[in-house]
Amino acid sequence: MAQEEIDKAVSGEYTLGFEIDVETDVVPPGLNDDVIRFISKKKEEPEWMTELRLKAYHKWLKMEEPHWAHLHYDPIDYNSISYYAAPKTGGPESLDEVDPKILAAYEKLGISLEEQKQLAGVKVAVDAVVDSVSVKTTYQEELQKHGVIFCSISEAIRDYPELIQKYMFSVVPMTDNFFAALNSAVFTDGTFVYIPKGVRCPMELSTYFRINALNTGQFERTLIVADEGSYVSYNEGCSAPMRDENQLHAAVVELVAMKDAEIKYSTIQNWYPGDENGKGGIYNFVTKRGLCKGDNSKISWTQVETGSAITWKYPSCILKGDNSVGEFYSVAVTTLAQQADTGTKMIHLGKNTSSTIISKGISAMKGQNTYRGLVKIGASAEGARNYSECDSLLIGDQCGAHTFPYLESKDTKGQIEHEATTSKISDEQLFYLRQRCINEEDAVSMIVHGFCKEVFSQLPMEYAVEAKALLELTLEGSVG
Amino acid sequence: MSNNKNEKVLEIKDVHAKIGNKEILKGLSLDLEPGKVHAIMGPNGAGKSTLSKTIVGHYDVEMTGGDIIYKGKSIKDWEPEERALEGIFLSFQHPVEIPGVNNAYFLRTAVNAKRKHEGKEELNAAEFLREMKKYLELLGMKSDMISRSLNEGFSGGEKKRNEILQMMMLEPDVIILDEIDSGLDIDALRAVSEGINRMKDGKRSFLVITHYSRILDYIEPDYIHVLKDGKVIKTAGPELVAQLEEHGYDAIEE
Repeated sequence: MAQEEIDKAVSGEYTLGFEIDVETDVVPPGLNDDVIRFISKKKEEPEWMTELRLKAYHKWLKMEEPHWAHLHYDPIDYNSISYYAAPKTGGPESLDEVDPKILAAYEKLGISLEEQKQLAGVKVAVDAVVDSVSVKTTYQEELQKHGVIFCSISEAIRDYPELIQKYMFSVVPMTDNFFAALNSAVFTDGTFVYIPKGVRCPMELSTYFRINALNTGQFERTLIVADEGSYVSYNEGCSAPMRDENQLHAAVVELVAMKDAEIKYSTIQNWYPGDENGKGGIYNFVTKRGLCKGDNSKISWTQVETGSAITWKYPSCILKGDNSVGEFYSVAVTTLAQQADTGTKMIHLGKNTSSTIISKGISAMKGQNTYRGLVKIGASAEGARNYSECDSLLIGDQCGAHTFPYLESKDTKGQIEHEATTSKISDEQLFYLRQRCINEEDAVSMIVHGFCKEVFSQLPMEYAVEAKALLELTLEGSVG
Repeated sequence: MSNNKNEKVLEIKDVHAKIGNKEILKGLSLDLEPGKVHAIMGPNGAGKSTLSKTIVGHYDVEMTGGDIIYKGKSIKDWEPEERALEGIFLSFQHPVEIPGVNNAYFLRTAVNAKRKHEGKEELNAAEFLREMKKYLELLGMKSDMISRSLNEGFSGGEKKRNEILQMMMLEPDVIILDEIDSGLDIDALRAVSEGINRMKDGKRSFLVITHYSRILDYIEPDYIHVLKDGKVIKTAGPELVAQLEEHGYDAIEE
């Protein structure tokens, strides 16, 4: 099969690259104490939060951007970025106050902010974030009946300061890494979720992030706390307009699962990937970490990563409670000139803790895909078990796949299994399907879906459908 | 298509073909008649598998001369799926494994692609399963094989039965069986032959490529073609099989 045919195929058009035409409040580019005070003031934050931000900022100034990842990009000029942008009509009390252009944009993205309009007939509560502010959170009242708190992080800082003070920075400390420190200083919006003891959250929760304004960064912060015996399934999605400049996205997500609690966190990441020459696209530097604090708790990360020019992301689990369980299911696609360095860290501290890592990397065109994972079994983690499986699929011969598994075990009885495969969509597989009347494009899609099956089966139904469609679109025309 | 004896469903005309830089087919000519079983026999390296690959348009093969006429049209520039949709089926010597792709889902996609091409209604899942169950039993296939990934972890016999299942579901007009008997035990050989014989309807043509004559005890050929050094060197009736067994390929005069 001719290479140019494959390339044409795997450069599926980015369909979410439109710009929402609304007036925006933007702070001038650059970062200093005043900008941080400005953000904090805009968010009507209490003084303690302002101080925490400033502390993080001063620590960040002394930190260095990490360069150990298998990624190549031009230096980021942190003073050319604007750290706050908000649609002028943001932060409404009711849907009527949301700028109709934003509503229309979300409709275009396939996300309804009207409660009666439900995704695939299933109730999904949505927090919609445009640039630096949450524009609408749905189903809040219904959730409140169950004691579930689902609101923007800005609201939570004002309304639930005791929960925020207790849990924010408890899993990802403010100076955890360069990007987490930057986020701690300038985070603008994001989502806060609290599920009280014994409550099974009655619907899927979801946040949809949209970078819209020019030359701005997006720094959201999400905190989910599942109290004893509770359960929540949370999903995030994202997109951005097509722009020639790179835009920085540096988010932090913290999850806390208490005794017998379970958090299922799913991501469909579809930031603008840039073009085939590596021009434009989102720089995605994200710190995601979950703490299985109580015994028998469980945190499960599922991610489908198709967007961004650069992805640097390692959703991790600290398995502190005895018998706690951590899972990481990932499909990362790099096509065009995209680069991804992604994986997970599973830190086993409690007894009989177990973790599962299933990572599927797909590379096409000039895409570079790296799996980087750490499994660490502490001295006290008697009976800990890990199973890792990292598979790479190459489409064409200009792309690359790299695997860096790190294993550290202090418990000699710990059981760690690691399997890794790299395969190319073989001409034999393609030919077999074509000889069975299936055209080349459908054949590629069938092979790729087969490859990702274990991960897609972890996604909630509605999102699995979306993920499949997205994958199809990303790899569209994999055939001539 | 009529049953006229002089009619040809597939005409291979003076075909030259190479794989890489090596010319394998050197002016091969062969006609398939409707409703007939043609057996291709020949020593290793004669070009038997290359012939089957050439007919179905495999990427490995570059045709450098001659033509292939199917139902009156030249197909040498057709895509592999076009040839398949028009009714040419190859049972692979080594069916490839495709992890994660459900066997039944794959086959329904294939069957519906062909039905759509023929302007027929697509089969829904229930209709498809009903249809498929009939053949599973005939082929002695366990029902869990349809829910497994395509050929993944299948034994040699299971893979070949799966090829025949696909053949029966796709109802092709020209069926190429490339070493269908290799690696089969006697039960599998019987089941596979039973499936093939079921497909004989007086119109379909079969091209049975084989190194050994064993399969020909089960599928009676109408013609034997001996292939040697990229050409058909002899065509005769089934009586040639006994002669070949006794004297080998070297005894055949060009």
